[in-house]
Formats: sequence, structure tokens, C-alpha cells
Amino acid sequence: MDGHLPAAPLMQVANCRQSYHKDSANDLLVLDDVNVTINDGEIVALLGRSGSGKSTLLRIVSGLLKPTAGVVTWRGAELNGPADGIAMVFQSFALFPWLTVQENVELGLEALGIAKDEREKRAEDAIDLIGLGGYESAYPKELSGGMRQRVGLARALVVHPDLLLMDEPFSALDVLTAETLRTDLIDLWSEKKLPIKSILMVTHNIEEAVLMCDRILVFSSNPGRVASELVVPFPHPRNRLDPAFRELVDSIYALMTRRTPKPQAAMQTPAAEAGFATPMQPVSTNLLAGLLETLAGAPYDGRADLPALAGGLQLEADELLPMGEALQLLHLADLADGDLIITESGRNFVHADTDTRKVIFADALRAHVPLVAAIRRTLDERWNHRASAVRFRDELEDHMSGDYAEETLRTAIAWGRYAELYTYDEEAAQFSLEDIEPAA
Amino acid sequence: MACVFAGIVALVHVTPETLQPIDAPEALDVTLDPWNLPEYALRTTLRMFAALFASLVFTFTVAPLAAKSRRAALVVVPMLDILQSVPILGFLTFTTAFFMSLFPGKVAGLELAAIFAVFTSQAWNMAFSMYQSLTTLPAELDEAARAFRLSGWQRFWKLEVPFSMPGLVWNMMLSMSGGWFFVVASEAISLGDKNWTLPGIGSFVSVALDKRSMPSIWWAILTMFVVILAYDQLLFRPLVAWSAKFRMELTASAVVEDPWVLKLLRRTRVLSIIMDAVGNFFAVIGRMRLELPKFGKAGPARAPSKLGDGIFYAITAGITAYAVYMIVNYVASNDVGFADLGEVALLGVYTMIRVIVLIALAALLWVPIGVYIGLRPEWARGVQVVVQFAAAFPANLFFPIFVILIVRYHGSPDIWLTPLMILGTQWYILFNVIAGASAFPGDLQEAAKNFRVGGLLWWRKVILPGIFPYFITGAITASGGSWNAAIVAEVASWGDDKLQAHGLGAYIAQATTDGNFAKVVLGVAVMSAFVLSFNRILWRPLYAYSTRRLTL
Repeated sequence: MDGHLPAAPLMQVANCRQSYHKDSANDLLVLDDVNVTINDGEIVALLGRSGSGKSTLLRIVSGLLKPTAGVVTWRGAELNGPADGIAMVFQSFALFPWLTVQENVELGLEALGIAKDEREKRAEDAIDLIGLGGYESAYPKELSGGMRQRVGLARALVVHPDLLLMDEPFSALDVLTAETLRTDLIDLWSEKKLPIKSILMVTHNIEEAVLMCDRILVFSSNPGRVASELVVPFPHPRNRLDPAFRELVDSIYALMTRRTPKPQAAMQTPAAEAGFATPMQPVSTNLLAGLLETLAGAPYDGRADLPALAGGLQLEADELLPMGEALQLLHLADLADGDLIITESGRNFVHADTDTRKVIFADALRAHVPLVAAIRRTLDERWNHRASAVRFRDELEDHMSGDYAEETLRTAIAWGRYAELYTYDEEAAQFSLEDIEPAA
Repeated sequence: MACVFAGIVALVHVTPETLQPIDAPEALDVTLDPWNLPEYALRTTLRMFAALFASLVFTFTVAPLAAKSRRAALVVVPMLDILQSVPILGFLTFTTAFFMSLFPGKVAGLELAAIFAVFTSQAWNMAFSMYQSLTTLPAELDEAARAFRLSGWQRFWKLEVPFSMPGLVWNMMLSMSGGWFFVVASEAISLGDKNWTLPGIGSFVSVALDKRSMPSIWWAILTMFVVILAYDQLLFRPLVAWSAKFRMELTASAVVEDPWVLKLLRRTRVLSIIMDAVGNFFAVIGRMRLELPKFGKAGPARAPSKLGDGIFYAITAGITAYAVYMIVNYVASNDVGFADLGEVALLGVYTMIRVIVLIALAALLWVPIGVYIGLRPEWARGVQVVVQFAAAFPANLFFPIFVILIVRYHGSPDIWLTPLMILGTQWYILFNVIAGASAFPGDLQEAAKNFRVGGLLWWRKVILPGIFPYFITGAITASGGSWNAAIVAEVASWGDDKLQAHGLGAYIAQATTDGNFAKVVLGVAVMSAFVLSFNRILWRPLYAYSTRRLTL
């Protein structure tokens, strides 16, 4: 159970680096110097925020993607493309809609060229094991999400892989279904009924990782690195309400909100260029306002423990953290030690009426978001008070990938519109000051 | 873009030079006895099937090639794009001449020419549709196929073909109407002083025209009606219903009742056993591993070899440049000069005005009707079936009726031949408008009613923007088809009475009859240029605008 056996590891990822090629000289680094070892008989979680490269690492381990640098060793030999003994469960199930449950499950066996009789026998075993008996001839579209993911599991298990890879397998399911599926899987694992040796799963759900895994690798973003490694010492079945369980969850929250030196740079004037290119995630202003109101009100009264806040709002860490970071960027709240703490201007915002809120938000944007400030400054300087969005996107793309640039620009557009700092014409992709009161 | 077109013309333009006077093959006499019609219909239908099969083979080879090889895509994609919008009817004479020279004096040449003509009306958009499907393969299915290590062959039958199926079947159906049009046109070809006929419905009509036999024409129309009805009911209804199974959406969508043929196939024991056997056969094919040469290996896209690209571009450019040179040279060496070019361009403008006016008129007529029908779901389904049927009916069979009327009332060909161009293609507008109006969200309708939006305001702000993307789709198809039809619609004859309008279509038709290949090449080239710029300047931007702004 603790997995520290003297035998050779099942899989080893050494000094792995992954970068995406860009037109210009600067490549975009997704993974940097990642080392991961997976031993016989353990469940390992890759835990991280979206965009931290954990899914990329899973694809490298599965052989779907070849790392830019570094070596993946599988059963003592270098991994070169999808290999025998590795099977994958997908976030979106990836079932073929034109194949029945049985045919979907048999897919991997057909690829191995296994004879019809054995194929059917093994498929039926896997289908029964995973609790799908009776659904053999159904098409995926007739099944609920939970049932579909069971098909995905059966399809992976039927090839009797040594290593089962799971890419956020429960994140597309509702809370109850996900929980049932998790416990079913862990039960089968504990009873050693699964024809596998180890599991590597990607997740952004902290509790899920603590609930299921023996070892957790916490990823940091930009570029993705293994920031810390934790061993989960609890035996199965685990109790979410156990104080030790809660404590571990709390400490992981703290790990994930630990301040990295990067966003700090935005506050220094000489580094304005770097601040300009701070990636932003599109969080709606409604959500930000709502979160601030919740934070200021009872029972939090200005300071909230993130796991408790996430639980109360029925949000996952991955959804809550971007909001917290957005508030932190705007200096409306602070993130520290797994807590979210409201600031003075945050309180002012909560107590203000709609128009004043916009003014507070606008001031926060101009003071702390260099991109928004730059857009407004450009508009003020132009005689016709118009500017194309393309030039800002191009500038952003010098510092980040196209997707990030797009997201960041979208965020700047949405926030600036709310604050009435400028308007934006989608059709012409143009910022302007039309219908905007002259700057105060 | 135009360079690619030049290549195509260059390929076919060599054929006239190999053309030797061929004696019209014997035993190809077409008689006007209505009792021959079933046999003729059967022959025509078989040609359609042969062409459909060829188109499928073409699609299954070219589309994956283009989807998997970046360099192949560079050539294939613009080529398909152009071929599906260029007036292929203009090439008919070249291809006929080419196949006749392959099999001098044999019927096989003519048969192949006819089949090829139908093929050219179907293959491009089918291949293009599959290519588009393949480039939009859902990433997770692609990864699943790779993670479970399907071989290239298994992947093709388990993933690529099923995923392309709905689009492919739909495009096949669209191609069909073009196909019937072409098979009718290609059964009676005259080239210079040579006349060739192949037994079939098309040649039957052409003989009837020569002999001024009105009853024969009605017989032909009736036969065609039965054939298309059978084709539609026995083949395409079931095929479309069946292909719904391959749609990507994982939610069970509104259940549409199975067409009766599919029900029959599923419920009748004997038939379902046969169908299962067919299904199993394909399943076995799909299961074979058959290691084919792999195009895409696992891993990141290898940095493309710059040198290889350079050589590839250079060769492609070289070939196109040579083709352009050959065409210009060929046309110029046949006493066709700049004066002709000007004349042809002017004629092109005439035809263009016709197309624009027709689309506008058709829109005025069919948009209100389509909206009216589309908003009444109980009508829409039935009418749509009828409209699809009308679209599949080869409009050229109806031409004689118009011609007789024009001759009798001494109408001006310039005006009265014009409607023929849109006779077969207007249905696309109606069909798409109905589809758009039926898809118009109920809550938006209710909102409009709630705020008592009515009259002109309702048309301007509610329904027209709502159906605009659909209308554009229909209008693009209709306009493309009309250009094509111009070649047969601007010239018509009834016995010795010849009607001719001023236009590019008539120019090409006349040049064909005169056997003046240089002029045909020039005419077709100019028409292609018109169609392509029409698409680029008008339809593309409109379509882009409508999908960007007016889709929900």
C-alpha cells in the first residue's frame, strides 16, 4: 500500500520537458524538468490547476505525445508511442457513439487481434465487474454520464493493463454520481479485483486526490513543475470528515495558493512590461461581486478558509482559485495560507451601490491591471478614441500562447466594459470610447 | 486558386487533339416507343450507381490523403473547392471526346464518358465533406483510437468512416440531383457534326425534341418521376435515417420515425438476416488489422522539412505555370484573341445579371413561403420531403415544355429562357428556409408575440436574421447550380426552331456545337472565373458574417 518496494518502478519519467513550438524564437514551456516514478501497486494523483500541464504529462506517459526532452521508461524500456499494458480513461469518456457498449469495450481487444470468443468473454467479464451487466447492446447515447464513464472504465480494464491512466475521470459527472463511481472503483481496488497494477490519475479536485490516492504530486503552473509530493497515509476506506483528512486537504489548499513571486512583479513600475502580459482567466464580474459579498457577510466576516468556502459555494478548487486570484490581482481580497481575506477596497465595493462599484472596480483595474490601463491610455491618446484589439493581442502573444492571449484579452474586454472604461465592437474587433463619460 | 483551375483545363484540353473522327457506334438508335422507357430508365439508373460507387472510392482515397498529408492537402483542398463550384457541364465535351478516343467506335467509351460526367458532379463535394469531417475529428476519439492502438485500417473503418457518414450521406443526396441532371445531359452529346446517343432517358428526350414529339416528353417525365421516387424511397430515406446513428451528439435527440423501407428491413426476418450478413461483412473488414503505411505517428508534429516543402512548392508552381502557358497558347493559336475575351466577359456579365435577378426573385417568392411552412411543424416535414424530391428531379426534362410555350407565343429568349436556369436549383432556397424557420427557437417566437412585434418589424428583426444563415446556404447552392445550368438553359431547340439567349452559357453551347474547342476553353475559363469571384466576393463574406453574427 505504501508502494515503496525495492523492485524496479513500473514507470519512470525523467527530466521531462514539453514545449510548444511557436513561430518566433521563444518556445512556450508547458512542462519543465518533471520527474515522476510510479511503482507497483499504488494510486498516484497528478493534482494541479487547469493549464498546469498535468494532462500533458498524462499524454506523455500514455505515449500519445512525445516529450520535447527527457525519457519515459516503461517496463524497463524507453516508451515510444502507445504501448502494451497502458490503458486510458478519458475525461469526456471518448466513447464511439456508433458502437454499442459491448463493441466499445471490445475495441482495445480487436486492436490486439484477439479471437472472437475470448474477446466476448473478456468483454463480458469487464462489463459485469464494472456493474454494466444488461447494458451490453445499448448505445452510449442511451446511457447517463455515470454509466458512460463505467463503459470507459470497462474498456480500459478489459485489456488488463498494468497501468491505468485516468484523465479527470469524474469531473464531467455530477457530485453524487462521481462519488459512487469513486467508491466503487476504490472498493474493487482494495479487494484486488481490478486486473491492473497501478493507477495514475489527473485531477484538480483536492478531496478526490486525498480520498483515492496513495501519493499526490502537486503541480505548479507556468511552466508545469512538480511543486511538492505528499504521501497519503490513510487506509481505505477513507472518511472525508476525519480531522486528519481535513488537515491534509487544508494543507494542500495552502500549497496551491502559496504565493509565487511572479504576480508580485506586476506592482513594480520597471516591470510594467511583464505585468502587461500577466495571464488572466476570464472570471465574470458578477461572480467576483458575488464572492466578495459572500466573503464580507456571515459566517466568514471577511476571512474564509478556502476548503470551507468551496464547500459552501459548491465549487471545486479549480473553479474557486481563479476567482480568488482575480480578486487578489485587483487588490480587492488577499490569498494567504489557504485563506481568502477581504481588503479595505473590497469592503468598500461590497457596501457601494451599482455606480460606485463600477468606479471602485475601474480604479482597481487602472491601478493593478496594466493591460486595461494600457488600452485606456491608448484610447485617450488617439484623436478618434479608437484602437484595434489586434495590436494588443499581438503584444500579448509575444509573451504567451495564443489561447492564453485570447483569454487574457477577453478578460480585459469584459472587465473594462463592466467598469465603463471603454466599449468594444466585436464585429470590428475595436476598442473605443463611444458612449463613455470623459475620464474623471 | 485560378492556377489550380488552369491545371484542370490543361488536363482536358489535350483531348481534342487526340480526337479522331469516329463513326457513330451502331446499335445505339434510340426510338420513341414508350415501352423502351423502362429499359432506358434502368440503364440511366445503372450509370448513376456506377458513378456513385466511383465517387465513393474517390472520396475514401482522396479525403484521408488530404486530411493526413499536409502537402497533399495543399493541392487537393483548393482543387476540390474549385471543382465543386466550377461549371463542370462545360467540360462535358472534352471528357466525352477523351473517352471516345480511348475506345474508338465502342459504346464503352460513351458509357464511361456518361458515368464520368455524373462522377464529376458528385465526387468533389463528397470528398470535401469527408475531408472536413476528418479534420474535425473529436480529439478525444482520436486519442482513444491511438491509445488502444487501432491499426490504420481499423481506425479508418471504426472511426473515420463512421464519423464522416452523416455529412457524406447528406452530400451524396445533394449530389444526386446534380447527377440526374448530368446523366440526362450526357446521354446525348453532339460535338461538331458528330452526334452520339446512349440509350437512356436523356437521349430519349433529345430524340423527342428533334422529332417534336410532345407525348414522348411526358412519358419521359413520368418515367423519371417513378425512378427518382424509387431511388429516394428505397435508397436515400433509409440511408439518411440510418446515418443518424453516427451523429456525434451523445444525447438522444428527437426520435424521428424510421422510413418505411428501413422498418421493413429491420422487421422482416428474411431481410434483416440479409442485412445482418451485410453488416457483419463490413464488421469483419473493419476488424482486420491490415497494417497500412501509417501517415501520422505518435508524438509531436515533426518539424516539417523546409527543403522538402520548397521542392514541393516549386514543382507545384512549375506545373501550374506550364498549364497556364499551355492554355493561353492553345487558345491564342486558334484565332481567339483579346477581342473574344472582351466579348466573352461581356456575355459573362449578362449571365451574371440573370443569376442575380433569379436568386433575388426566388428569394422574394420562396422566403415568405418557406417561413410560413417552416413555422408550422406539422407541414414542414411533409413539404420538405416533397421539396427534396423536386430538387432531385432533373430540371432539364422540363425545358421542352418551356421551349414550346416560348416558340408558340414568340417570347424573347433573352428573358423567357432565363427561368430555366433556376428551375432545378430554386428548391435549395426553399428547402433551407424551411429548415431555418423550423429550427427557429420557440421562446424567441413567444417573446416576439409577447411584445407584440408584428408586421414588417417582425420580418426585419425577428425572422429574417433568424433564417439568414440557412438562406445563404441555400442561395450559394442555388447560384452555383444556376451557373451550371446556364450552359444548357440559354440554348434550346424544338425541332427546327432554335432559341438562343445572349449569355456565356449560350456561347459555350454554341462553341461546342461548332466544335470550336478554343472557344469552349475560353468560355469555360471565363465562366469559372466568374463563379469563383462571385463566391469569393459575395457568398463567402456573407456566409462568414451570418455564421458570426446571426447564429444562436
